Amino acid sequence: MSQDTQRVSLRDGTNVHPPYLYPDYESTRLRAPERPLAIRPRTLSELTGPAYGHDRVGELDHDLTRQHRGEPLGERVIVTGRVLDGDGRPVRDSLVEVWQANAAGRYTHHGDRHPAPLDPNFSGAGRCLTDGEGRYRFLTVKPEAYPWGNHPNAWRPAHIHFSLFGPSFSSRLITQMYFPGDPLFYQDPIFNSIPGREARERLISTFDLSVTEPEWALGYRFDIVLEGQSSTPMEDHK
Amino acid sequence: MTLEPTPSQTIGPFFHDALLDRDQSELVAPEHPSAVRIRGTIYNGAGEPVPDAMLEVWQANQAGRYAHPADDREELPLEESFSGFGRCGTDEEGGYRFVTVKPGPVPGPGGQPQAPHINVSVFARGLLRRLVTRIYFPDEEAANAADPVLGAIEDAGRRSSLVARSEEDGLRFDLHLQGAGETVFFDV
Repeated sequence: MSQDTQRVSLRDGTNVHPPYLYPDYESTRLRAPERPLAIRPRTLSELTGPAYGHDRVGELDHDLTRQHRGEPLGERVIVTGRVLDGDGRPVRDSLVEVWQANAAGRYTHHGDRHPAPLDPNFSGAGRCLTDGEGRYRFLTVKPEAYPWGNHPNAWRPAHIHFSLFGPSFSSRLITQMYFPGDPLFYQDPIFNSIPGREARERLISTFDLSVTEPEWALGYRFDIVLEGQSSTPMEDHK
Repeated sequence: MTLEPTPSQTIGPFFHDALLDRDQSELVAPEHPSAVRIRGTIYNGAGEPVPDAMLEVWQANQAGRYAHPADDREELPLEESFSGFGRCGTDEEGGYRFVTVKPGPVPGPGGQPQAPHINVSVFARGLLRRLVTRIYFPDEEAANAADPVLGAIEDAGRRSSLVARSEEDGLRFDLHLQGAGETVFFDV
């Protein structure tokens, strides 16, 4: 593929993604590069990417409520949505990895010092592959907010971490999904590091009664749009 | 239809069980006849090691072909056992390691060859977006000098930050996120 056949993205992402340095989020201060990013041509190195994870996904990996002998505490929720490329095409057969705190706001992680209880029946890690329409679906419990040391009385809004590969190296994304109506958004520098209000709100899932399972679990919908195209233009010409 | 991309957020400090539950740092077995060991340390702007980062690598095979449909150069062999992808977390000293093979050259703009390189993503608490860089090889001086991506880095003095150093039993590629000796990072 020569560079001439590559389509150039019209979006530069400048107003979509957070900056590296966002002083209100203290950990960025010593980790954000100071020099401007180098611009490079898009080559095969960026237009290809790992097709990773097909041997990774176990039968119950999408169900975070069934990874232990007993059931975890907390409100059961279904989180589902579609993974799309920038042209709105489904990203098929692609790995989605998630991790989250439990219903008390505690991660199963040696570094989490929050004195909220661990749940022996909840690890908080899941994975699945998207289907032919780009859909994924997890069953889990709703994570709770937790305090952190960023500033006095700082609390993270409830969130689920998402990791996605998509079609190419350029489309790799790690992000966080939030829940609607959270009173903690205004004081959270990670959420507010995203410059545009519309872009921020795209990280808030929507409650969806049609996803909800009666007498069982509330349903939330969260669609994800990755950069890059899910197939080369050559393959897509009709 | 053009859709706005979903914004990035930090990986945070608690990703290990989900993303690093098994070792993915060996792209080839250490016994592989062409195995190359690459190790390094990630430093922050105060020169302190970063103990809670994750690196991902993506590279072509020894023939210079990527295991991906967009690389349709069928004259070059694919190897079923080589995905070209690896992942490694940093340890308490900020260190990471990979075992891989040196990739072959892949084409750049206008078909001009690029020097052998490994694409790297860095994720960490405090990085609201991933950082993207490349590892080049110290024994490829001529190819590195002609590489179109290295050549496009305006401050020529900083290009060497992307070339690994030879050590007794492999290569060393340290990353400096900020400040003196800052690694060159690319626009994603």
